[in-house]
Amino acid sequence: MFRSYAATEGVKDEGFNPPDAGDFNLPPFIDGNTFATKPILLAFFSVTLISIFFILASRKSALVPSKLQFAGESIYGFVRNDLGRDVIGHEFMRFVPYLFTLFTFILVNNIFGIIPLIQFPTMSRVSFPYVLAAITFFVFHYIGVRRHGIIAYLKGIMFIPGVPKPAYILITPLELATYFIVRPMTLSLRLFANMFAGHLLLLVFILGGEHLLSGVIGLKVVSPFSFVVAIALTFFEFMVQCLQAYIFTLLTALYITGALADEH
Amino acid sequence: MRIFQLATTELAAGEELNPLIPHTSEIIVGFVAFSLLYIVLRRAVVPKFEKAFADRTEAIQGGMERAEKAQREAESALTQYKTQLADARGEAQQIREEARVQGAAIIEEMRTKAQEEAARITSTAQAAIEAERQQAINSLRNEVGTLATELASKIVGEALDDQVRQSRIVDRFLSDLEKSK
Repeated sequence: MFRSYAATEGVKDEGFNPPDAGDFNLPPFIDGNTFATKPILLAFFSVTLISIFFILASRKSALVPSKLQFAGESIYGFVRNDLGRDVIGHEFMRFVPYLFTLFTFILVNNIFGIIPLIQFPTMSRVSFPYVLAAITFFVFHYIGVRRHGIIAYLKGIMFIPGVPKPAYILITPLELATYFIVRPMTLSLRLFANMFAGHLLLLVFILGGEHLLSGVIGLKVVSPFSFVVAIALTFFEFMVQCLQAYIFTLLTALYITGALADEH
Repeated sequence: MRIFQLATTELAAGEELNPLIPHTSEIIVGFVAFSLLYIVLRRAVVPKFEKAFADRTEAIQGGMERAEKAQREAESALTQYKTQLADARGEAQQIREEARVQGAAIIEEMRTKAQEEAARITSTAQAAIEAERQQAINSLRNEVGTLATELASKIVGEALDDQVRQSRIVDRFLSDLEKSK
């Protein structure tokens, strides 16, 4: 799929081109329209998919759930209880819709990376993790300011109680950097880099296997191993994709808890 | 090599290739898509799931509360029955005790009465015997006096000279006596 794009540029015949960042720059279907790209389509597709699934699953809200309702409830219950209630505490219900959206949106868009024919993790486009991290950034600071007032909130971040005064010279800049730079950066880059690297890894083994297959007989023999590794890596990727969705949501919940807490 | 190729074919290819540079269109779409999903899930999905959870909790808790209530009722009924049983036993014991005491009292009373009755009968009989004896003594005394007087007058009137005559007079007197009876 991506090679065909490369092929149009006439580079295929010059030996094996290892996949690189260019493979993530898919051209628009409609020339010049930057909205008509695969990642954007996938983002909307994921929204449709998640909405339909959960609306169908939750429609009846029966006492004894059907299989579909049970599946939906399991995912919702996981986010609600394990990420919401257990992390945030008694006020968790306010944040469950946000955490739930975050988790399902990231999870489905990640898993697109290994779904046949789709095979592109939306989150490997850095814009999406940036947006999500920005929303989380805004949400937890907003909650902190609402809870404590802006001065008390900033004071809580900058001057951790129980620290000797001279240490503030060192700690205050670090804390400020943590809250306003490191947290959103790590949140978005962790997700992006995992998806980016995972996809690149799959490309290397799949395209590599393909290339080996077109080589001399000795290389043809080696090529199945490349595909086997690609399949194994697909399973590994599935794990990473779920894990990254979980981590992003968990960290958001933790940041919210920190903003709600009386002392930072 | 690829970078150069792209650089020649695309405008601003260097910027495009840096995977850390976000695209405006994607940022807009990311925000819009996420917001849409948030609205849908918050409006349509979360309340329904929460309702299902609440209903289930309600059902389970309601069932447990009902069971607890039934158990409490059963326990209270059991204690009530036990108390009643104990009461009944106590009452029966009391009644038996009373009956025993009453029985003893009745027996004692009867005995006393019987003894009194016996004593009364004995004394009445004795009194009657005494009276009759007295009466007999009195009448005997009268009759013996009369008889003696009568006998003496007869004996004197007949002039008693021999033994045979004497006994004949006594016999006649006795037979007269028999006839007069």
